[in-house]
Order: sequence, then structure tokens, then C-alpha cells
Amino acid sequence: MKRIAVLQALTLSAGLLVALPVLALDGTLKKIKDSGAATMGVRESSGGLSFTVGDGKFAGFHVELCQRVLADVQKQLGMAKLDIKYQPVTSQNRIPLVQNGTVDIECGSTTNNAARQKDVAFAVTTYVEEVRIAVKAASGITSIAQLNGKNVATTTGTTSVQLLRKHERATGVDFKEVFGKDHADSFLLLESGRADAFVMDGQILAGNIAKSKNPADFKIVGEVLAVEPIAIMIRKDDPAFKKVVDDSLKALIKSGEMAKIYDKWFMQPIPPANTRIGLPASEATKAAWANPNDKPAEDYAKK
Amino acid sequence: MSNWDWQVFCKDTIDGEIVARCFGGPGDLTYLDWLLSAWGWTLSVSLLALLVALAFGSLMGILRTAPNRGLVLLGNAWTELFRNIPLLVQIFLWYHVVPALLPPLRGVPSFILVVLGLGLFTSARISEQVKAGIQSLPRGQRMAGLALGFTLPQTYRHVILPMAFRIVIPPLTSESMNIVKNSAVAFAVSISELTLFALQAQEETARGIEIYLAVTALYFVSAFAINRVLHFVEQRVRVPGMIGGGQ
Repeated sequence: MKRIAVLQALTLSAGLLVALPVLALDGTLKKIKDSGAATMGVRESSGGLSFTVGDGKFAGFHVELCQRVLADVQKQLGMAKLDIKYQPVTSQNRIPLVQNGTVDIECGSTTNNAARQKDVAFAVTTYVEEVRIAVKAASGITSIAQLNGKNVATTTGTTSVQLLRKHERATGVDFKEVFGKDHADSFLLLESGRADAFVMDGQILAGNIAKSKNPADFKIVGEVLAVEPIAIMIRKDDPAFKKVVDDSLKALIKSGEMAKIYDKWFMQPIPPANTRIGLPASEATKAAWANPNDKPAEDYAKK
Repeated sequence: MSNWDWQVFCKDTIDGEIVARCFGGPGDLTYLDWLLSAWGWTLSVSLLALLVALAFGSLMGILRTAPNRGLVLLGNAWTELFRNIPLLVQIFLWYHVVPALLPPLRGVPSFILVVLGLGLFTSARISEQVKAGIQSLPRGQRMAGLALGFTLPQTYRHVILPMAFRIVIPPLTSESMNIVKNSAVAFAVSISELTLFALQAQEETARGIEIYLAVTALYFVSAFAINRVLHFVEQRVRVPGMIGGGQ
């Protein structure tokens, strides 16, 4: 009897919850308002986009954009105080953590592609990555066709590996892939001569070259191998939150703030070592700002 | 579990299309082909490294019990050198530092380097076990062998080692299983083995759970197969009446 009573009470209260007038807020906005906090997913080392400066602090182009966005969220929700928590994520766990609610807004270097759009949503593209080739300046290599028979380094767990495979089959250029376990390791392969080229996202190449012992020894050369839109990632099916984030980013673009923030992280010296990445905004990035959209990488490939 | 998609292994690694029968043709690999080839690399690295480890480990273990201070010192130095440096660091030393110091080694494939690195790391552990096996025998065994007119090498060959090796089969079994699991470090020097496959394929397919489960199962099967083989060996070589042989 008792158990039935408990069950009844439970169903009743569940019914009440549904029947209560629902607040205008739901999803992530409601979660942020209720908890007074938002969790930002950040990367330990994603070039100028998102990186740690030590001591549990994070910075970068996307981190700053998210801080601006969350300030707008706070304003819109009329909150006196919004506590921002930083949660480091990896390429393996970033999507599950956004899906399960651990992370509210991921501000790293996530490529917006069709497969991921099944699991998560993306804000308007804020950065367009171009996959390029870095070589030693003295090598005389200027295009991918010259890599025939050469050792080409890339990093395990990145889309560049698949890209190289596709390229190999499409063009018949036959090179030997060497996989570094992370970007620093791949760059070491190039530096030590184990690899003749390092194929990776342009800003990662530029960042590694800037940090190297002698940046003049290296060059980024050749054609753009792939174009990938990089965007801030949020939960799927949360149109209210997506609208706030998108509007906030669009306002930054319109006011010219976006270009200034880009300049701050990619053209000026940045912490922790005060080096300069030195990568001006590409035409593709400027095009994405001129016409804000959340198209996946597949749409870029068609062009 | 409802949203698992095991079809991911039937996908082509280039265009992502599902291939009928799951195996691709020449030049067209599916993730299943790749998984099996990665398993092959894991087994090759592990088994070759195990041979290196058994050879050097036994030798050094024996030297550490020899009645000669120089040989004991050599065996001890070997063991401490390879035992006290983390495995991943040793692999990087072999891959990046040794070729820089010895230019002829530059041309050596990373596969050979990782077999040597993993093999020598494990040899330190095996040397410790072989030494313990030999020392667990009563001192009288060695003396009896010598009193019968055997030379020292003959005493080792016919008296001490046959008993010592039987005693250390169980810890050697663990070490042989460890080497399969430790072979995962080979991914760091660009060997396309199971761990590298897992890191790469889960990024390309976004089906991390399925990929990791399959890779975990293959590691388990490999280590467990080694366990069963050595268990069989242990049973076959058992001598009734000897230590642990009378059960």
C-alpha cells in the first residue's frame, strides 16, 4: 500500500511539474540562469584559437569570443553575476561533454561538419581553417606534387590524416606518412629531418614555426589542401541559446570588434611566450564574417 | 546501446561509403581491413619485442648470479638502466636522440627501434625474474653440479636453469602479457598499430565507442591467448615432485 502511495505522490508531483506554467526560458539559457554559472569548454593547445596560459587559465581567439558572448547572455538574462567555469576538453571528449551538459559552450577548434551536426549544433563560423604544408625553407619544395616519395608528417587523431589519404589516391602522388603523437611531436619530425613536410591546419603550422628555435628555417608553401569552417559548439536543438550566441557574434562582426580580436590573437604577440603567430585573416575567414552562416565543411568542399 | 553503429567497420576509409561484405579491394581499405592490419602490427611489435626481451633478459639475469663481480655489475647496471627510465621516454630516446648521436642509425625503420626499445625495457624486468628464479634454488644445487665435475656453464645448462625457468614461468606469463599492452606506446613513433588506429579512426568516423570496444577486445584476446599458450607450456614442462610441480 505504502509503495503505491509513494508512486501516486510521484506521478502527482510529476504532473504538477508539467502543469506548472513553464518559464519562458528553457534549455541552456534556463540552466545558466538557474545555476548562475556557465561552463566553457576550452583546449589546452589549439594554436591561437584556444590554449592554456598555465595556472588553470585559458585564452585565445575563441575563448575571448565566448567571454563576449557569455557577457551578452548575462545581460540578456538580467543576471547580476555570471560565474564562468573553464573545462579543458580534448578532441575525443568534446562532443560527449557538450551532449551530456558538462560543457555549455565549447570554444576550441572544432570543425563544423555534417557528421557532427547530427550530434551537436554550431554557432556561425568565426574562423575558416586552411590545411597547408610546412617545409624547411632550404628544401625547395613549393607544392604537394613535389612530395612524391617524400616523408610527410601529420598528427594522429586529426582530419589531416584522412585528407592526405584522399589526396594520395586522387592524384597518384605517393608519399610516406609519418604520424606524430601531437603537433609538437610532428613539428619535431620536420625539424629533425625525419619528415620533409608537415601537413596541418595553417594556424597550427604558423604557431609552431613562430615558437621554433629559428623561424626563418621554415616556410608554409603550396596550395590550400582543404578548407574547414571552425566554430563555437553548443548543444543541438536549443534554438533560443543558439540565437543569443549567433546574435552576439554577428554584433561583434558588424562593429568591427571581430577583426580587432582576431588581430589581437593572430597578429600581436600572445602569452605565454610573447610570440607572434603572424597569420592574417584568410579570404575564406573574411568571407565567413561578411556572410555569417553555420554551413558544414562539406559545403565548402563543393565550391 | 541503441545508437551503436557497428556498420562503421564496413565503411571505406576514404569516402566513408559502406562497402558490401566489409572488406575493401586493393587500394580501397575499409576500417575493418585497417583494424586487422593494426592488430597485425601490434602482434608483430609485441612478439618480436618479447623475443628480444627473453634473450637479453635471460642473459642478464644469469650474469647477475655469476660468481664474477664484473659480470654481476654488468647485469645489474643493465637492469637498473632500463628499469628506471619510463617506457615512453625510452622509446623517444631511441627514436629522436639515438639517431642524432649515431648518424648511421638514421635509416633504421621506426619499427625496429620500437621493437628494440620495448624489448630492452622488458628485458630488465625479465632479468629480475630470472635472477630471482635462480636465487630461489638452494645453493647446494650449484655446488653439487660443480662437485660432479660439470663446468660452471654446464651446471647452469643442466642443473640450475631447467629448474629456475620452470619456477619463473608464471611471472614470465605476466610479463609477456604486459608486452602486448605496452606495445601501445608504438603509436607515438608512427607505427600503425591498434592504439594509433583507435585514435585516428574515432576522429574520422565519430564512432569512438565502437572503435574503442573493438580495439579493447583485440588487446584482451591477444594478451589472453599468450596467457593460455604459456599456461599450456607450464603444464607440459611440469616435473612431478619438483617445486610447484607436484600438484
